[in-house]
Amino acid sequence: MNTSRVFGFKTMKTLLTNRSRATITSGLRRLACTPSSCPRVCIVGGGPAGFYTAQHLLKAHPAMQVDIYERLPIPFGLVRFGVAPDHPEVKNVINTFTQTAQHERCCFHGNVTVGKDVSVEELKQAYHAVVLSYGAEGNRLLGVPGENLSGVYSAKDFVGWYNGLPCNKDLCPDLSHETAVILGQGNVALDVARILLSPLDILTKTDITQPSLEALAASRVRRVLIVGRRGPLQVAFTIKELREMVNLAGTRPDMVPADFKGIAEVLKDLPRPRKRLTELMMKAVREAPSGEGSTSRQWGFRFLRSPVEVLPTPDLTQTAGIRLGINRLEGSGDGARAVATGETEDIECGMVISSIGYQSLPIDPAVPFDPHKAIIPNAVGRVLKTSGLYCSGWVKRGPTGVIATTMNDSFDTARVLIQDIETGILDISTAKPGSQTVTPLLQKRGVNPVSFSDWEKIDAEEMKRGSVVGKPREKLLDVTEMLKTVHS
Amino acid sequence: MARCVHLQSLLSQHLHSLHLLASRALFSPMAGVRQGLYLPRGLGSWSSRGFSLYHVLNSASQGNSPPEDKVTIHFVNQDGVRTTTSVTEGVSLLNVVITKKIDINGFGACDGTLACSTCHLIFEENIFQKMEPMVDEEVDMLDLAYGLTETSRLGCQVCVQKWMDGMTVQVPKDVKNEKMASTVNQ
Ligand SMILES: Cc1cc2nc3c(=O)[nH]c(=O)nc-3n(C[C@H](O)[C@H](O)[C@H](O)COP(=O)(O)OP(=O)(O)OC[C@H]3O[C@@H](n4cnc5c(N)ncnc54)[C@H](O)[C@@H]3O)c2cc1C
Ligand SMILES: NC(=O)c1ccc[n+]([C@@H]2O[C@H](COP(=O)([O-])OP(=O)(O)OC[C@H]3O[C@@H](n4cnc5c(N)ncnc54)[C@H](OP(=O)(O)O)[C@@H]3O)[C@@H](O)[C@H]2O)c1
Ligand code: FES
Repeated sequence: MNTSRVFGFKTMKTLLTNRSRATITSGLRRLACTPSSCPRVCIVGGGPAGFYTAQHLLKAHPAMQVDIYERLPIPFGLVRFGVAPDHPEVKNVINTFTQTAQHERCCFHGNVTVGKDVSVEELKQAYHAVVLSYGAEGNRLLGVPGENLSGVYSAKDFVGWYNGLPCNKDLCPDLSHETAVILGQGNVALDVARILLSPLDILTKTDITQPSLEALAASRVRRVLIVGRRGPLQVAFTIKELREMVNLAGTRPDMVPADFKGIAEVLKDLPRPRKRLTELMMKAVREAPSGEGSTSRQWGFRFLRSPVEVLPTPDLTQTAGIRLGINRLEGSGDGARAVATGETEDIECGMVISSIGYQSLPIDPAVPFDPHKAIIPNAVGRVLKTSGLYCSGWVKRGPTGVIATTMNDSFDTARVLIQDIETGILDISTAKPGSQTVTPLLQKRGVNPVSFSDWEKIDAEEMKRGSVVGKPREKLLDVTEMLKTVHS
Repeated sequence: MARCVHLQSLLSQHLHSLHLLASRALFSPMAGVRQGLYLPRGLGSWSSRGFSLYHVLNSASQGNSPPEDKVTIHFVNQDGVRTTTSVTEGVSLLNVVITKKIDINGFGACDGTLACSTCHLIFEENIFQKMEPMVDEEVDMLDLAYGLTETSRLGCQVCVQKWMDGMTVQVPKDVKNEKMASTVNQ
């Protein structure tokens, strides 16, 4: 063989960038791809569930084409709009999501609300399968009088506000009162408590939004009570988040030692995670300084209390306090039930944040929805009584679980889908057009999808604005502004 | 918190390749990854260099294996598949999995910053006993791991040492795999 030709070939190979090599390979693959071997799947929702489902589908099937449709011009779901700004390390998952989005067989279409801009039926026509991974956009309601008073917020809105979710940018929570009550004892409750009480110099170095930073700087909130309907052994938060509260500079715990009577005796029988969590809580109770200390900010747990009514100010407009029903526990362990004793107790407060859970909502009448469990009814991710529909993440399991849980359940859904292709349950024998028909349809309806590289423009702009003020990023808060940045 | 050379050491080990990498990154499919997008806490000194861990780890896999590779480790993944690899003393097991491209689904989601527990590994009893005790922060995260056992650790916090030569580490079995096969659509 001619050496110069060999050399030429080698040089060309070395000079090929990874990306162009990837394109060539995918081009070859596409050429070689017969309709029956080229499944097209679309995913609704660009949060962890969507990205992890896509990741596994792409890995497990060499010809799989995946499109992700996301309501916002911005990917990553709750990793951007839920995870607390002072937890940047959690957001490292974005590195893997970015790799997935840039995979040659994956395409991100932001700014598309499925159920409104395009129906699930239309997606089913264009793809062999549709995976619903749209999370939980609503929140559970307290269902008590006074819930709509000014000064009552859902944790979902409050979190959306400090994290820059466009629909929450005008929340302007009233932070002018000394005591805030948070209902619910999960990790979201602790996130909210920590943000309310964190020293400003911690928050200024995060990607918290500038308006919320300014509001928190002027905040008069000094005392945050985190109220649970059950006891210390039933709290839903985890130890890492509790430890952060215990170590939060400038604050001290304000607990009721009597709440922990009898707990020491049962400690030894608890599984390790619950045991360590409870021990840390008891340590905080033991070491809580009594009376007024030098630290002016306090946080504490109140147990066996259910909200009965949010109490209004005399003019009936504002929150003045909350009436809590006192409970006793029936049974023990995780399954213990709160039973009302009929007694009540009032706490004066100017702010009530309801952190009793997010809630998934139906997005399209074509998709079955279980209104009781507020999930899409499914068996390991196969939507019941339908074909070609799958689900993953919070909309599949309900609004609990950390990113790792969401990852595992998304992998499960992807495995099931691949299995269905292999067994023929999912018919891929006819070719499907995918975004080739969906994109023109959207454009005809005046919707301009945002690509992943469009998002990178927003990303660059946010980081530029952040660097000016010494933050990792300054988030854009308005969809119109995001789109303007994309098209500038 | 970390008692052995973790990412920082890996970084210095590969500092020489970072220059090269910076230029290569421009052309790679990873070019769009915003380096230093979300900086892990406490790692500011190296993350401020503007290189994401992802790149560092990738660079390790792209470079030649250092000559001192000499500790043998066997990995058994969630499907029971066994992989044997020979690695340098001092690197964390997370780095091993990534640089040696060991096939473990979703391993190391938080890039080794003690924020995810996806790097959960199960050790042999005798090896586990010999390891340094865990710090609270590792146990805090480990306690959230799926399939926790008495000899579980987080792979991003365990660094390879010579005496570990020949050990087998196991990824928790995916019990759901079997369950799934028996579920049919109704
Ligand atoms: C406040 C908060 C803090 C958290 N902090 C942590 C943490 O620190 N560590 C951790 O491990 N876990 C944390 N979690 C849990 C973690 O965020 C979830 O496990 C995970 O985000 C669930 O993923 P998902 O994709 O199902 O939902 P989501 O993340 O909500 O993603 C759903 C996506 O679908 C999009 N969408 C909705 N409707 C439509 C539609 N009609 N059409 C198109 N797209 C749509 C949404 O815009 C969103 O991007 C936190 C959760 C909350 C609420
Ligand atoms: N740092 C992190 O890792 C992090 C941060 C934030 C969120 N997350 C995860 O995201 C998920 C969601 O968090 P979350 O805090 O929203 O939910 P959660 O963990 O399910 O906690 C909900 C809390 O609300 C209470 N509650 C529910 N219904 C109630 C009612 N009707 N009246 C009174 N109290 C009620 C629950 O008490 P009962 O137990 O009595 O029902 C529980 O204390 C969790 O899995 C969480 O771990 C993780
Ligand atoms: S990689 Fe996340 S905790 Fe180890």
